[in-house]
Amino acid sequence: MLRTISEDPDTACFDVRGLRRIYGTGPAAVEALRGVDLQIPERELVVILGASGSGKSTFLNIIGGLDQATAGEVLFRGSDLSGASSAELTEYRRRHVGFVFQFYNLMPSLTAWENVALITEIAEAPLAPADALALVGLGDRMDHFPAQLSGGEQQRVAIARAVAKQPTVMLCDEPTGALDSATGVKVLEALVDVNHSIGATTLIITHNASVAEIADRVVVFADGKVRETRVNPAPISPRNITW
Amino acid sequence: MFRDFLGMRVQAIAIALVIAGGVSMQLLSSGLVTSLEETRRAYYERNLMADIWAPVVRAPRGEIDSLRTITGIEAIEGRLRFGIRIDMSASQAPVLGEVISIPESHEPSVNRLHVSQGRLPASGRRDEAVVLKRFAEAHRIVPGDHISFIIRGRQVQVLVTGLVMSPEHVYAIAPGELVPDEKRFGVLWMGDRTLAELAGWEGAFNEAVLRLSREASVPDILGRLDRELAAYGAVGAYHRSDQVSDAFVSSEVDQLRTLGRVVPPVFLGVGAVLVYVVISRLVLVQRPAIGLLKAYGYANGQVMLHFLKLVGLIGSLGLLIGVLLGIWFGREMAQLYIRYYDFPFLLFRAAASDYVLVCAVSALSVVGAGLLAVRASVALNPADAMTPPPPPDYSKAAGIAITRARWIDQQTRMILRQIIRWPGRALVTASGIAASLALLLSVLVMMDGMERMISSYFSDANRYDALVTFTEPRGPTALHDLRRVPGVLAAEPFRVATATLRSGTASERVALMGAAPGSERSRLIDAAGYDVPPPLAGLVLSEDLARKLKSGPGEWLELEVTEGRRPTGRVQVTALARTYLGSAALMDITQMNRILGEGAVISGAYLQVDPAAEAGLHELLVQAPGIATVSFLGLSQDRLTALMDENIGVSLTVFALFAAMIALGVVYNSVRISFTERQRELASLRVLGFSKAAVSYILLGEVALLTLVGVPAGLAAGCLLSIYFAEAMGSDLFRLPVAFEPATMATASLIVVGTVVLSGLIVRQRIDTINMVEALKSA
Repeated sequence: MLRTISEDPDTACFDVRGLRRIYGTGPAAVEALRGVDLQIPERELVVILGASGSGKSTFLNIIGGLDQATAGEVLFRGSDLSGASSAELTEYRRRHVGFVFQFYNLMPSLTAWENVALITEIAEAPLAPADALALVGLGDRMDHFPAQLSGGEQQRVAIARAVAKQPTVMLCDEPTGALDSATGVKVLEALVDVNHSIGATTLIITHNASVAEIADRVVVFADGKVRETRVNPAPISPRNITW
Repeated sequence: MFRDFLGMRVQAIAIALVIAGGVSMQLLSSGLVTSLEETRRAYYERNLMADIWAPVVRAPRGEIDSLRTITGIEAIEGRLRFGIRIDMSASQAPVLGEVISIPESHEPSVNRLHVSQGRLPASGRRDEAVVLKRFAEAHRIVPGDHISFIIRGRQVQVLVTGLVMSPEHVYAIAPGELVPDEKRFGVLWMGDRTLAELAGWEGAFNEAVLRLSREASVPDILGRLDRELAAYGAVGAYHRSDQVSDAFVSSEVDQLRTLGRVVPPVFLGVGAVLVYVVISRLVLVQRPAIGLLKAYGYANGQVMLHFLKLVGLIGSLGLLIGVLLGIWFGREMAQLYIRYYDFPFLLFRAAASDYVLVCAVSALSVVGAGLLAVRASVALNPADAMTPPPPPDYSKAAGIAITRARWIDQQTRMILRQIIRWPGRALVTASGIAASLALLLSVLVMMDGMERMISSYFSDANRYDALVTFTEPRGPTALHDLRRVPGVLAAEPFRVATATLRSGTASERVALMGAAPGSERSRLIDAAGYDVPPPLAGLVLSEDLARKLKSGPGEWLELEVTEGRRPTGRVQVTALARTYLGSAALMDITQMNRILGEGAVISGAYLQVDPAAEAGLHELLVQAPGIATVSFLGLSQDRLTALMDENIGVSLTVFALFAAMIALGVVYNSVRISFTERQRELASLRVLGFSKAAVSYILLGEVALLTLVGVPAGLAAGCLLSIYFAEAMGSDLFRLPVAFEPATMATASLIVVGTVVLSGLIVRQRIDTINMVEALKSA
């Protein structure tokens, strides 16, 4: 059960120990994570780097409650996610996690405002949808449908949607992957702003090494393991990075 | 192609089943019509079934020879036909029946018997007879047994030489009864000279039966016969279409035709729409692959052929299942028919043309729908086809009201916008639900109608326990005699005479009834449910007769009594009554006797009897002299109800199953397509923290909403269809009342809603196992 979840400055937001994930069985089995140990402190903006197949997405899926580990522990604020039921994981995602995906995953039949309201309706202490959209600079595009918005705008709606519930963690899987660099910068700015304004622990997966410069902490995945963790003493603004 | 088929096997099978429903119903109805008509035609032809029956009181045999000269008459026989009382073994009550003569000097040229066991009576043997097979079987009579019966007051014992079937007794029904009862109505045949001698009727006949040549005019010959035989007490010659046994078979054939006209097109229509929707969707999903094939140089024709093969596979599967089901149902139904219709054989055998028609119609509808659907693949430009389609634009389908109404939650908003964005698809789903409900409701309403018909006849109109008719009209003392029979509590007299009513060019043969004022045991009821008593002057007509005579209250009809002194005159219609079983022409008994001019006589009586004495009473009445028929209303009702239950039970199950098949096919396919298209959206919602139930709501809420639209539409369509069925299936024998009972509507709706829920649950399983991670990977 996840009842003991609480913000304690002494415990990490995520404490991951010996995490393994094997897909399939027998000779066809693929080991995506081969024993990951990692601690992610509260409120930090963490960039996770790694090549395709390095296990970073699998890691994000497990700590996001979308997938179950084969072995090991995932402690979220001291509470173990690895034994949680499907309903408990749904509750965990609903209360604590804000997701941002590479392909935005907005509901095409809802306007920007409605896409955000979709989440605020099930959240405990949400922002007003209009406020969340204003936070990402889309206060004037609230009544537009996804098909009427550019890729960057759609991704910012997705960020507003993630932010609106005032999540504990923001998990972003290649948020700029489908965008050109100018638009990508705007999206990263939005993410950094949100990290600062609501203090959500933010994990950004990317294979774009330049993005690492905006992070408080950088984790590099390779072959299903954490190859390197480094703390960035002076993160720079997304505006100042290029790729 | 097989991969495509396997990938969508449940959908494909659901469509195939809907097609199968149409094919099997079509084959069933057309096959049964063919089988019944062919069997009847062959049986009649082989056994020289009469075209016309001309009963008289008594005519000299010589008259037959002069009738034979009438142009158009191919063969004629004069025969004797008497009511008899058959004494069964000591343990059984006597049974009423009839004995009919067969020529001893020659092979009969009309109404030849079909000997199924034993032989016909030998010429000159006075003590031999053959017995109707059904009756013999019901009483375990076999050739070699003896039967004794009373004919015209004389006890006779005969040796049973054979069991026979008779083309004029296919539906062997006792006079005044509604359903054949092989236990209580027996028919015997004896040599004509022997029978004449027994009855004291040498050199005479009381019924002429004749066959007509092809070019003969039926009305002319009927008129001629009536004129020629008037002097001998002709009660009016009638054609085969008015012969009870044949009319029942015709009525069945008509009902099957109606069924075949309405039901299969609904199924095939729905099947075609489903093929269109599913294949269009498949073309959309396979856009990239189509683009690739085209880029590699595949021609449009080849690409279309690929999809058409799939359509062909679904269609063939439906056709195969449908044909097999149709043959199976057909055989079952033929088995059922042969229990009521006494043909020497009845095989379910659809004609080659039935198969060809079924195949052609289903192929046309399915391939046509398939072609429409794959047209889109031809229009695809390879370059466009290989890029993913743009996200669906909902801005045009926003629905201003939906956008403005901020109180609507977002999930509901998604449902509403989905419907507005794809109205055609919503229409297909809603109309599929409506179609299945309409079919189901119409069947249930028909059942209710039959029940109401039975209760109207047996509970409202007729309240007697037993009906007794005399061999010939008798004076008022007969009624007193009846009242004195132990167990009889009350008796009400009636008079009946055959007559022809005419209005302008329309004419109808009727059994003119005369009832006593204040008669309670048998009455007529009008459309509003009120009693219509016999008028002191004038005539009450049943609505069906009034319609056929194009007459109504206040109008005058020509009345021509066709028996006794054959009086004619004019009579005014005073009121109309509604009858569901049979027709009615009713007048006051005193007025009727005045018209008939035979004194104050009665033809029979309605009895109220002591239930405790009922069993013995039948025997007492049958044994009383001068009684032609005795029938107990309760027994008739039981018999009719049993027949309907059995017959309708089978049809209802088949129908309910097929109607559910439509609902299942339509709903499952539309939910399944919706699921495939929105899989990514639904997975995203799960990721965002929506529970399985909340996600199911978005998908199934749409179906629920469409069901809410489809159900009232289906109820309305079902009511219209019921009215059509009642109109189309009604005949001279019966008319189906259309009654819309709330409980029936609720039952039909519940069955359809249950099917919708079932299809929802099948798809719901997929929501439960949706792969969240996978859905996030693709654009």
